[in-house]
Amino acid sequence: MTYDLVVIGGGPAGVAGALTAAQAGLRVALVDASVRLGGQYFRHSADPRPAPGLGRFLRQARALDRRADVRLRHQVWNVTREPGGGLTVHATAPDRTAVPLAARRVLIATGAYDRPLPFPGWDLPGVLTAGGAQALLKGDGVLAGRRIVVGGTGPFLLPVASGLAGAGARVLGVFEANGGLGLARHPLLALGKAGEAAGYAAALARHRVPYRTRQAVVAAHGEREVEAVTVARLDKEWNVLATRVVECDTVAVGYGFVPQIELGVQLGCRTRQDVDGSPVLAVDAGQRTSVPGVWAAGEPTGVGGWRLSEVEGRIAGLTIAAESRAAGSRAPESRALEGRTDESRTDESRTDESRDAEGRDREGRDGEVAGVLARRRERWRAFGEALQHAYPVRPGWQGWLRDDTLVCRCEEVPLARVREARDLGATDARSIKLLARPGMGWCQGRICGYAVSCLAGEPPQPPRRPIAQPVTLGALAELTDDDPTTPPLT
Amino acid sequence: MTFHITIDGRPVPVTPGQSIGAALHAAGVRSWRSTRFGGRPRGLFCGIGVCFDCLVSVNGRTPERACLAEAAPGDEVTTA
Amino acid sequence: MSDVIVVGAGVVGAACAYYAARAGLDVTVVDRGSVAGGTTGSGEGNILVSDKEPGPELDLAVLSNRLWRELAGAHGGTGAHGHAGASGQRDVPGHGGADGGFEFEAKGGLVVAETPEIQRQLAELAAKQDVEHAVVPAAELRDYEPELADDLAGGVFYPQDAQVQPMLAAARLLRHGAESFGRGTLHLRLGAAVTGFVRDGDRVTGVRTSRGDVLGDAVINAAGTWGGEVAALAGVALPVLPRRGFILVTEPLRRPLIRHKVYTAAYVTNVASDSAGLETSAVVEGTQAGTVLIGASRERVGFDRTTSVPVLARLAAQAVALFPALRDVRAIRSYCGFRPYCPDHLPVIGADPRAPGLYHACGHEGAGIGLAPATGHLLAQVLTGTPPDLDLRPFRPDRFPEESS
Repeated sequence: MTYDLVVIGGGPAGVAGALTAAQAGLRVALVDASVRLGGQYFRHSADPRPAPGLGRFLRQARALDRRADVRLRHQVWNVTREPGGGLTVHATAPDRTAVPLAARRVLIATGAYDRPLPFPGWDLPGVLTAGGAQALLKGDGVLAGRRIVVGGTGPFLLPVASGLAGAGARVLGVFEANGGLGLARHPLLALGKAGEAAGYAAALARHRVPYRTRQAVVAAHGEREVEAVTVARLDKEWNVLATRVVECDTVAVGYGFVPQIELGVQLGCRTRQDVDGSPVLAVDAGQRTSVPGVWAAGEPTGVGGWRLSEVEGRIAGLTIAAESRAAGSRAPESRALEGRTDESRTDESRTDESRDAEGRDREGRDGEVAGVLARRRERWRAFGEALQHAYPVRPGWQGWLRDDTLVCRCEEVPLARVREARDLGATDARSIKLLARPGMGWCQGRICGYAVSCLAGEPPQPPRRPIAQPVTLGALAELTDDDPTTPPLT
Repeated sequence: MTFHITIDGRPVPVTPGQSIGAALHAAGVRSWRSTRFGGRPRGLFCGIGVCFDCLVSVNGRTPERACLAEAAPGDEVTTA
Repeated sequence: MSDVIVVGAGVVGAACAYYAARAGLDVTVVDRGSVAGGTTGSGEGNILVSDKEPGPELDLAVLSNRLWRELAGAHGGTGAHGHAGASGQRDVPGHGGADGGFEFEAKGGLVVAETPEIQRQLAELAAKQDVEHAVVPAAELRDYEPELADDLAGGVFYPQDAQVQPMLAAARLLRHGAESFGRGTLHLRLGAAVTGFVRDGDRVTGVRTSRGDVLGDAVINAAGTWGGEVAALAGVALPVLPRRGFILVTEPLRRPLIRHKVYTAAYVTNVASDSAGLETSAVVEGTQAGTVLIGASRERVGFDRTTSVPVLARLAAQAVALFPALRDVRAIRSYCGFRPYCPDHLPVIGADPRAPGLYHACGHEGAGIGLAPATGHLLAQVLTGTPPDLDLRPFRPDRFPEESS
């Protein structure tokens, strides 16, 4: 069986893209590693609390569940172009067996993850990424700690801090390394999101959480877990001016986001440098990558938040559906699904937006809808780019490191060995990796890659990870009998 | 509603739907692995399946990411 | 002005530079990229005598094996990784475990046979090779490798087979060359792509690079898989072609599952094959970092880096067949590289009579790490007018018929 579309990633971009395509009658599968749809932004527990936009997302997710083959707890480790021109999305199931999904088209909606910067003690238990602390709270209803320090850069620190404070943690401070102007002049205000910024400001004020700009967590201290941090006042380039020690049991840090693009890189998709230097997948107005049959939406095309992700997903779904129709490539089986699509037409769960995207008369309206969506996309993209401009990573952080500070947590590579590799003739991040092993471990450089690039003095390169997720040799060996097949739709 | 898993034989309460990593962290168990060279303690870091710091052995299987593994009643977690 | 310019900072270029510097020559190494950025950076670091038919390549391998041990002993230290010694392997004989700073490990190689007939052939080959070995009956295989599958017919153990971390080996040889024989005798010029040659009449007197001319009395072409392109810049033909190989890397294991380098007899025939099509054979070994490396595939597909899932699947299947315990172990990475392949599977080593002043040290296919020191040592002998320890005629650059170039 071949899917018209396999969507990789179940966040706002992936769900919007999959739903749009499924509503247009395509046979769609969506694969995600988590136990529930949502991605990072709409991560929710088994018994979700209300959150902005979440209700709508959950309705979309339920609608998608009826119209598509949603495979949760599946990890995609490779996407391959087959000799016949089709694509195979190689996933592993929760029981670790191989699940190859044959697809005519693929939508990469793999999101992004926190960009951490190393500092002394950052590998002590109790030091989490900001997104990690957020995920614990939203996904599991667990407070990361009792006395929490939040640090890093970017507007994401605000919801993390106010979420933790609102759930009962004592947030000892939000230390924003950029933005000398303070919360009252936060770029969110200038970017027309005054309500959101004011809401966070009010929440922080209510819980007496200090918000300090040009300050950062530059060291964590403790024996078996974090017991205190050193907070530094910084100059414009993030060099340390003065320090003080703050006792705490938990640290949540994040310096922006890293888009997950390795599946696109595997397929040979062209990349471009985003505002902050991150490699992202280059896409056209229809969210097509440079590789035929491969679309991308959301953070992999440039970090811009969930609203941008959702609209990109919808545009991708529309252009995929249009091309699928044009190619006449709808599989006979997919017609069986149409009945279900029609049945669910009265479904109250559908949003106005999703109704826009379907209907027998949609052919005539595609252009119009796409125009509206395109304008919305431009607006949110400009917003995302403005935030990246406002919250860059400044080079002074390298001065926070000591010789024995681990740069690579997996292979336990301290700064001294990175320097030694440079001294031995490693002139770029790749050869530093070859000589000193940062990035050769479990995470394949997802965590240390940015830091190593900075230490090498080059912008981060598109990540080469032919095996994007661990796969057992047994599961890999199962694939020797080629011909990707999938169990029937259940 | 809650059920229990064990870590090295000690019971840890779980709210249904929680990941093993979240349940351990909530119970005050913040590290459950030590690194292979430096013996450094490790627990949750990224919390979303990216960093692999939270690797844990469940029911004798080869290590998996505690932040991605949903806890099931009776799961036996062993530290290394 | 240097005595010698080495083009290529891979392991072969590094060894050439090291031995030239050791012989008292002033050396400049140029590379378009970084140290060990080409095929060296994709290698497993094999130093094998076991996989070679008797003949000039085996002679080179035996000499090289001795030189690697010398290098590891002479330069002592532990690897830059600093975690060495966890694997419980035997120490380097006579060197107290010194690893040269590049994780030298005399782990020994075990070639295994699937059938009694293959076992007989392996034993025959071993007898002809005249290198240290032990024929291992099926019943004793597990004394060597406890996790081996139980349906094998036997094997041959080669204690001299060894391994290094190839990138560190190249980097350390360059460093030792610069430091041990008087600072200033070995210069590195990285990020300089060779764009042509400086000539004085016929004679090669230097290289033109993207970062300026570098002059020298002799130029050594150690550009590996790209050696043919460099030779062409000097107007001479050298048929070096890429032969792609993939390697799977597993998660780091707490306890070493595999003690030696273990491979099946099919590896020997694949190495020697001329086929352009895909050939795979199981080559499995543990590393000091705790991972298991799984090879080996060979195919001639140009410089295509696209990952081939069917190749990875075959490598996995063969490794699991050899070591069933690997079934539940996860692959966490893979990478590919391009072996510099010559039609007769022999490297090109020596002066090029077609371009006086130009010497070649390339085309070592999958054995470049292993053969590097001997290559560097022999060329240093040639450059200093010393009779070489081995007959270099089988490796001469102008041995190929014109049509194959």
